Amino acid sequence: MAETVIQLGNKKRKSAFLNKVKELLPEGGNLNACLTCGLCASGCPATGLADMDPRKFLRMAALGMDEEIAASDWPWMCTMCQRCIYACPMKIDIPQLIFNARALRPREQRPVGILGSCDMALRNDSCSAMGATPEDFEFVVDDVLEEYREAQPEFADMEAPIDKEGAEFFLNQNSREPVTEPDEMVPLWKILHLAGVNWTYGSKGWGGENYCMFLADDDAWKKTTGLSVAQANDLGVKTYLNTE
Amino acid sequence: MNSDWNKDLKIKFTVQDPCQIVRKSYGDPIAEDLRFVVKSVVGEENFIDMQPNRSNNYCCGGGGGFLQSGFKEERLKYGILKDRQIKDTGADYCIAGCHNCHAQIHELSEHYGGNYPVVHLWTLICLSLGVLGPNEREYLGEDLKDVNVFHPETAL
Repeated sequence: MAETVIQLGNKKRKSAFLNKVKELLPEGGNLNACLTCGLCASGCPATGLADMDPRKFLRMAALGMDEEIAASDWPWMCTMCQRCIYACPMKIDIPQLIFNARALRPREQRPVGILGSCDMALRNDSCSAMGATPEDFEFVVDDVLEEYREAQPEFADMEAPIDKEGAEFFLNQNSREPVTEPDEMVPLWKILHLAGVNWTYGSKGWGGENYCMFLADDDAWKKTTGLSVAQANDLGVKTYLNTE
Repeated sequence: MNSDWNKDLKIKFTVQDPCQIVRKSYGDPIAEDLRFVVKSVVGEENFIDMQPNRSNNYCCGGGGGFLQSGFKEERLKYGILKDRQIKDTGADYCIAGCHNCHAQIHELSEHYGGNYPVVHLWTLICLSLGVLGPNEREYLGEDLKDVNVFHPETAL
């Protein structure tokens, strides 16, 4: 458990943050239903980091300690893995409370690494957190595919299509492989080939990362995800496969 | 697809249940699917589950943007639970089906000295199918670099 106890005494507090999040969530996220049992905190790997735990965070929100919550770095150390809500007898949506707490800070004051990755994704239509362009992606995929078709003749017919209309599956791709270790894309292509799967990447929205979501920048998240989904829809694919 | 390649080697594997696909999306049934594939590939007798597991599994600490948040010390501390879970299985390898998990657990393995390789599931599927080339083995340990190699003459 986090060690420092909550200091009470400020009667002017209005729990504005908690009430705002309650309005956003179905059933108010059950945010008023806490029994203070501590199941969330005892099973949370982030308990104790930044002198915080999920129960303490929720109590602070309930007590209207909005400024302290906004000042805490803990929402960036919680991965929103949902183990707390899974264990909670009252199904309190603490992860959504955390997500919204991230947005309490001005965008430019959020962690620079996440901010930079989101800004990279907004730079072009790839939505890649590493900033690779659609042209870069197409070049790498074609280059690697050609190399493997020649070197491993059993896979001479293997495909790694980009923008194939009417494919069954739209697959996105983490940027790490095309940018830093392209050979690691191949095993998945082989499996799809051997299974006879009709699939495609998209030239737009192929980047599988979603750092704008982690940044709690809703507009940017909507833009990048929307671009990827629109590309899948334009191609007429039936299923979107998120490899992240 | 079978596990014949591992019949005599008996290399042990555990698997990280990704929070995103298991607890947050499809629940225990997809965790069973994951185990079906893993056991088919490495052999049932060579698979060891972490405790706890499936929907009760602990997050590794790679999710939610933590990898890019700048709080490295805290992220590694978060991952102590995961590293201990993996070491307690006694497995030689940890399979990570999620990209963030792969990056985080790989770092935990090095940082806390376990030095267990962390491998993508696609690598092992292709290994068991006999179609994994010499240059597609970035995350395999030395014990598997030369096993069942497809077109070994293409090694770089």
